[in-house]
Amino acid sequence: MEDVAPAIEVRDLFKRFGPLEVLKGVSMTANKGDVIAIIGGSGSGKSTFLRCINMLELPSAGSVTIHGEAIALKDDGHYGLRPADRKQIERIRSQLAMVFQSFNLWQHMTVLQNVIEVPVHVLGMKRDEAVEIAETLLRRVGLHEKQDVYPAFLSGGQQQRAAIARALAVQPLALLFDEPTSALDPELVGEVLSVIGDLAKENRTMVLVTHEMKFARDVASHVIFLHNGIIEEQGPPDQVFGNPKSERLKQFISSVH
Amino acid sequence: MSETKVTMPAYVPPPPRRLLEPHRIFLIAVFGVIVFCAIYFMRWDWLPKYQTRLLYGIGETLFLLFSTAAVGFLLALPIGLVQVTGPWPLAALARGFCTLIRGTPLLLQLWLLYYGLGSVFAQYPEIRQSMFWPYLRDAWPYGFTALMLSFAAYEGEVMRGAFAGVPRGELEAARAFGMNRFTMFRRIWLPRAFYRALPTLSGETVLQLKSTPLVATITVVDAYAVITRVRQDTFLVYEPLLLLALIYMCLTGILVLLFRYLESRIPSRGA
Repeated sequence: MEDVAPAIEVRDLFKRFGPLEVLKGVSMTANKGDVIAIIGGSGSGKSTFLRCINMLELPSAGSVTIHGEAIALKDDGHYGLRPADRKQIERIRSQLAMVFQSFNLWQHMTVLQNVIEVPVHVLGMKRDEAVEIAETLLRRVGLHEKQDVYPAFLSGGQQQRAAIARALAVQPLALLFDEPTSALDPELVGEVLSVIGDLAKENRTMVLVTHEMKFARDVASHVIFLHNGIIEEQGPPDQVFGNPKSERLKQFISSVH
Repeated sequence: MSETKVTMPAYVPPPPRRLLEPHRIFLIAVFGVIVFCAIYFMRWDWLPKYQTRLLYGIGETLFLLFSTAAVGFLLALPIGLVQVTGPWPLAALARGFCTLIRGTPLLLQLWLLYYGLGSVFAQYPEIRQSMFWPYLRDAWPYGFTALMLSFAAYEGEVMRGAFAGVPRGELEAARAFGMNRFTMFRRIWLPRAFYRALPTLSGETVLQLKSTPLVATITVVDAYAVITRVRQDTFLVYEPLLLLALIYMCLTGILVLLFRYLESRIPSRGA
């Protein structure tokens, strides 16, 4: 038990934006191979929670441990927690790949250049090797013929699949998905979900903030329902969706169906 | 009444433009007549005598253009960047610099540097004896400095907008993948801002070309100064000026083509 540290361990996370308390003590453990779906209404703090894992948002209190290594934060007294060691955060971030709601592909690079950018310029991989890996990944997400196209010329679904390839290219410890289908036209959601669904079957560690309840039920190994900054209920998907206990979760599930 | 089936006519792409379309042939002919008249009815016998000096002048103009644009642009990067992300004293300093330079005429700055600073320098024996004096005694360093600062101020403002206009999400993606600040600037922020600013930079560089004749007022011998000399020597009014116009038009055309090539390297769509 001791030798396998959880991929992601979050303890008692708090986040305040001025007077607004968004997260009020959220904990989560993702072991290797876990697929954790985070659901909840808008404003429940689920995206903020996900962005605290790789410190895109700095938590006001709490700790995040990635593969046994705690992210060092220091309290400077004025602004709350700050990164104590920028290098450490950069190294940990390069192991946690993120897929964004609005894709955030780099528009001045082709699809292939987007995918090899981080392996070459952050991880120091040789270009030829990175291109080889990238081509395999792009073939996998069905974008092989589009590798020399600029993102602006792709559909939303294609852009998001390219963003997933970019995330896979860093061979991440865990994948973080921040509402990956919320910005897509309805007919494009399916192609992206099927790619994510395939990844979930491969024993990859994933944390997925989503509004797609049916999808969460199908692929997740664990579901967390956030409400007003606390975990209102959590458990295996069949229990959370099939037999919700709290009144709020019942309301939430009936409102999205 | 039978149903009539409405069929859309098939889309026929317009034929590609040929070089010699009727209106173009007409314009080329008009231009030809003008050139013929200019050559036949005007005096050009002075040209061989001045051609070496003229070529030297064009060289000086191009040197001033490219050196001030290159150094000015390098200076514009920090000026734009600190206004977007820097600490407030630096941002205020950069904003002050831009306001000062953009708020006063270039000719005034040029004269203040040359006649003001230049004569102050000459009063100090330490400076007169230093290794820089051969340059400080010349006119072109003052012309270079004034043009360069002016370009830096205008382009600083352009780059401020370009840096601020790069979508936050793309920078956030760079951070999320563990890029350090310098790599993020070098690989994402700067190239992204540069390509956004290219159309504006193209126009600004053309404007810079046409600001260079001002240095003729402080005795730098550029293309304009040579032509002025021709006019004084020959008492001709139009011929030298027409030639000068042609020279600047050609240089502008080459600059525009150069920038168009740069822009076409990254195809963009819509906004």
